[in-house]
Amino acid sequence: MNKSRDIYILFFILIAFFIVSVVYLSFGWLDIWGDGLGIITAAAVTLAMYSFLYKDNPVFKIAENLFVGVAMGYSIIIVWFNILKPDVFEALIVPVFKDTGKAPQYTVIVPTLLGLFMFLRFSSKLSWLSRWSFAFIVGMGAGIAIPNFINAILLRQLEPMFAPLYTGSFWGTINTLLVLIGVVSVLFYFFFSLEHKGVIGGVSVIGIWFLMIAFGASFGYTVMARMSLLIGRMQFLLKDWLGIIQ
Amino acid sequence: MDKLLKIDRRIIFVFVALAVTIPLLFRFKMAVPPTRHVISMYDKINALSEGSHVLISFDYDPSSKEELQPMAVALLHHCFKKNIKVIGMTLYPAGTGLAEKAIKQIGKEYGKKSGEDYVFLGFKAGSSLVIMNMGEDIYTAFQKDFYGKKTVGMEALKGVSSLRDIDYAVNLTAGGIYEAWIVYGREKYNFDLGVGCTAVMGPEMYPFIQSNQLTGFLGGLKGAAEYETLIDHKDRAAAGMSPQSVVHVLVVCFILFGNFLYFKSGRQK
Repeated sequence: MNKSRDIYILFFILIAFFIVSVVYLSFGWLDIWGDGLGIITAAAVTLAMYSFLYKDNPVFKIAENLFVGVAMGYSIIIVWFNILKPDVFEALIVPVFKDTGKAPQYTVIVPTLLGLFMFLRFSSKLSWLSRWSFAFIVGMGAGIAIPNFINAILLRQLEPMFAPLYTGSFWGTINTLLVLIGVVSVLFYFFFSLEHKGVIGGVSVIGIWFLMIAFGASFGYTVMARMSLLIGRMQFLLKDWLGIIQ
Repeated sequence: MDKLLKIDRRIIFVFVALAVTIPLLFRFKMAVPPTRHVISMYDKINALSEGSHVLISFDYDPSSKEELQPMAVALLHHCFKKNIKVIGMTLYPAGTGLAEKAIKQIGKEYGKKSGEDYVFLGFKAGSSLVIMNMGEDIYTAFQKDFYGKKTVGMEALKGVSSLRDIDYAVNLTAGGIYEAWIVYGREKYNFDLGVGCTAVMGPEMYPFIQSNQLTGFLGGLKGAAEYETLIDHKDRAAAGMSPQSVVHVLVVCFILFGNFLYFKSGRQK
């Protein structure tokens, strides 16, 4: 009974969407030769994605898979035209076989090979070669990241902690004091070598309060972000697709 | 009581949809007072003279377009209005189309030409390595722009050889790439950096503001709306603030109502 009701709802929405699209295109409210078909497609996919809020359904699945496929295809094209074509194909391969007036850039061979080795993970006999690529990435990544992160994140973040408590204004001082109490108490909370009893227990409870307030602020921001996405899509549907709002 | 505690979540979805749609249909004006960190970014760009260079890295994809594209549009309006040269780029392959559309469209509104008044460098893989490469020599990092024109000798890049010569950089980000801009960019090559991020990432920015590693930040759609207010060009973000407020009140009401029912029911599991 429920399944047939869902099918009726699905067909009703599809027919309604089709009628609206035909009416908008035939009256010229959406430009068929301009971005009209793009807007209709985007509206259809948006509604298909939101149909999941009712329940999981085939239309949602189609839209979901479409998104994954399109995103991947788009990324491959961008990577080809922005990186592989100018930096490898035109810089190394074309000059080897054709006189372009430019010498082939043989230095590109090493990174290209290391990149290709990554794909050898799929081969049981040659997968060991991919370890060279990973070793290079991990070694270079760690070498670059460790000193820079220690400087830019750890040391530079510690600097405000050593600023004078009195900033010249009452609220500024309160702010600095709050930062100091927050950092110390949260550090106490994550200090597990001693049992959280007595003074240590009291300070770590303050730390928990600071953590809870931080989580609350994060959750508030998250709600705002999710609602912003919904607002953006509703603006698209009401303004760009239906033209109800200006 | 039991019925209310086991309410169908779809009823809540309907309330949320109405809370968003009704304020959009029947617009009511809402003041969007700019906050300190947004004003900092605005002041920084506003103080730049004609012909200065602002780098905007559009590091986001369509999934966070609703929050970050209005920021990009507002920043571009501000820069082009002040005849500042814009250098656009992205470290997200899927963000290329959005970035190109924004920079081209807003540039056209102000009669700006690609290569002369702005340049879109496109996508380059390697995030932190690209930033460091740009810090040493911007022309080796991007030998050609998105349209295949050689960057050497380009009017829009006149006077810029590396990140050190950038007057202000803004990273519009939907992920952790802002850390790379701080660590490998701002700290190594000493330029002023601002961040526009999704609201989810907002709280992460405050420590960097406090340590003066960031000169201002725009957080989510609200940050974009505040920037639109400052440049006096209210658009989608500002229009989104009335439904945002209504839906926030609704969420608070739901939280209070849920807690009231929970305590009234004697905290049953």
